[in-house]
Amino acid sequence: MAAELHVELVAADRSVWSGGATLVIARTTSGDIGVMPGHQPLLGVLESGPVTIRTSEGGTVVAAVHGGFITFADNKLSLLAEIVELAEEIDPQRAERALERAKAESDAAAERRADVRLRAVAVR
Amino acid sequence: MGAQLRVYKRRIKSVTATKKITKAMEMIAASRIVKAQRKVAASTPYATELTRAVTAVATGSNTNHPLTTETDTPTRAAVLLITSDRGLAGGYSSNAIKAADQLTGRLRGEGKEVDTYIVGRKGVAYYGFRERKVAESWTGFTDSPSYADAKKVAAPLIEAVTTETAEGGVDELHIVFTEFVSMMTQTPVQNRMLPLSLDKAAEEAGTKGDILPLFDFEPSAEDVLDALLPRYVESRIYNALLQAAASEHAARRRAMKSATDNAGDLINSLSRLANAARQAEITQEISEIVGGASALADATAGSDK
Repeated sequence: MAAELHVELVAADRSVWSGGATLVIARTTSGDIGVMPGHQPLLGVLESGPVTIRTSEGGTVVAAVHGGFITFADNKLSLLAEIVELAEEIDPQRAERALERAKAESDAAAERRADVRLRAVAVR
Repeated sequence: MGAQLRVYKRRIKSVTATKKITKAMEMIAASRIVKAQRKVAASTPYATELTRAVTAVATGSNTNHPLTTETDTPTRAAVLLITSDRGLAGGYSSNAIKAADQLTGRLRGEGKEVDTYIVGRKGVAYYGFRERKVAESWTGFTDSPSYADAKKVAAPLIEAVTTETAEGGVDELHIVFTEFVSMMTQTPVQNRMLPLSLDKAAEEAGTKGDILPLFDFEPSAEDVLDALLPRYVESRIYNALLQAAASEHAARRRAMKSATDNAGDLINSLSRLANAARQAEITQEISEIVGGASALADATAGSDK
């Protein structure tokens, strides 16, 4: 069996996803990073954006992460963020509408949130 | 109906109505405790992971961040007090306020100025009535606080901590809230949140004694710590708010349960009195009739002669 790492995807008010994975790709403030089993202990600040998890069953989990942190130690990877949404939880039409509304009202934070959601859906 | 009996009947009726209300409040509180407890449990993974990360950075790097290093002579401290918005919860709010008073007294004794921040209408009213200075207060969400509420509370506190003391900032941040130990026990606790005491943080994360791996920081230890600590404060405040909400509901349930029990006892003793009054009335009526009849008999017996 291929080596795998344990992933915990945690939002402030709930645990979103946890399980085995072979590769996790996330965007930190200094660029995209891919973590595979046996990676050096890491602690980074995440940018808002999609996070891709290749599960050990061969599937892919995509989640929209709004800020937060990535920590990896002892083959355990934790992704922490105030808001985490799985791509399948996101309603693209709603995000689209939210994006347009945010643009119209020039609400930068809302625009970024909607944009992250749409990107997460697009990756999937 | 006699006057006395009527008074008893009226009181029984009003106590019964009160009992119905307190019973309903008890049941509502009981159902909300479970929900609040679930929220506490749901927020735990985030808090634990965050605490672990903070411990890791603070021990794994030689950074001297203002939020982790203690000043030699702290002169100002902020106290965040969490109370409830509504009453009818027994001693819940007053116990928390008492604990905050104690802490404030101790800090003043150590020669520190104290800024008070308050969550919950009860605490605001207490301080307002005594005309004490409150740095900032928030109301309206103690029943079921959301993460956004915690962020709102945390923002000015973080700002106060990061500001230089000479410019009105604070050196220490304390939090007073009611810890939810179990359904029956809720104790007010006073915690120092900042500067961070690493031993305590490690204990909370359950990693005390573990050797932490050497982390590779992305982009740098200082930047990571800068980003982490505000989130850490927010999550601690969120956890405190949630525990306080669960405690509030538990305290209210207990208070309402004893109110319902007392109303039941009162109804019992009042119906005893009402029965006695009714019986006394009947007895009196009978003796009046008997007395009247015998007087009548005496009168007729006299006229026969």
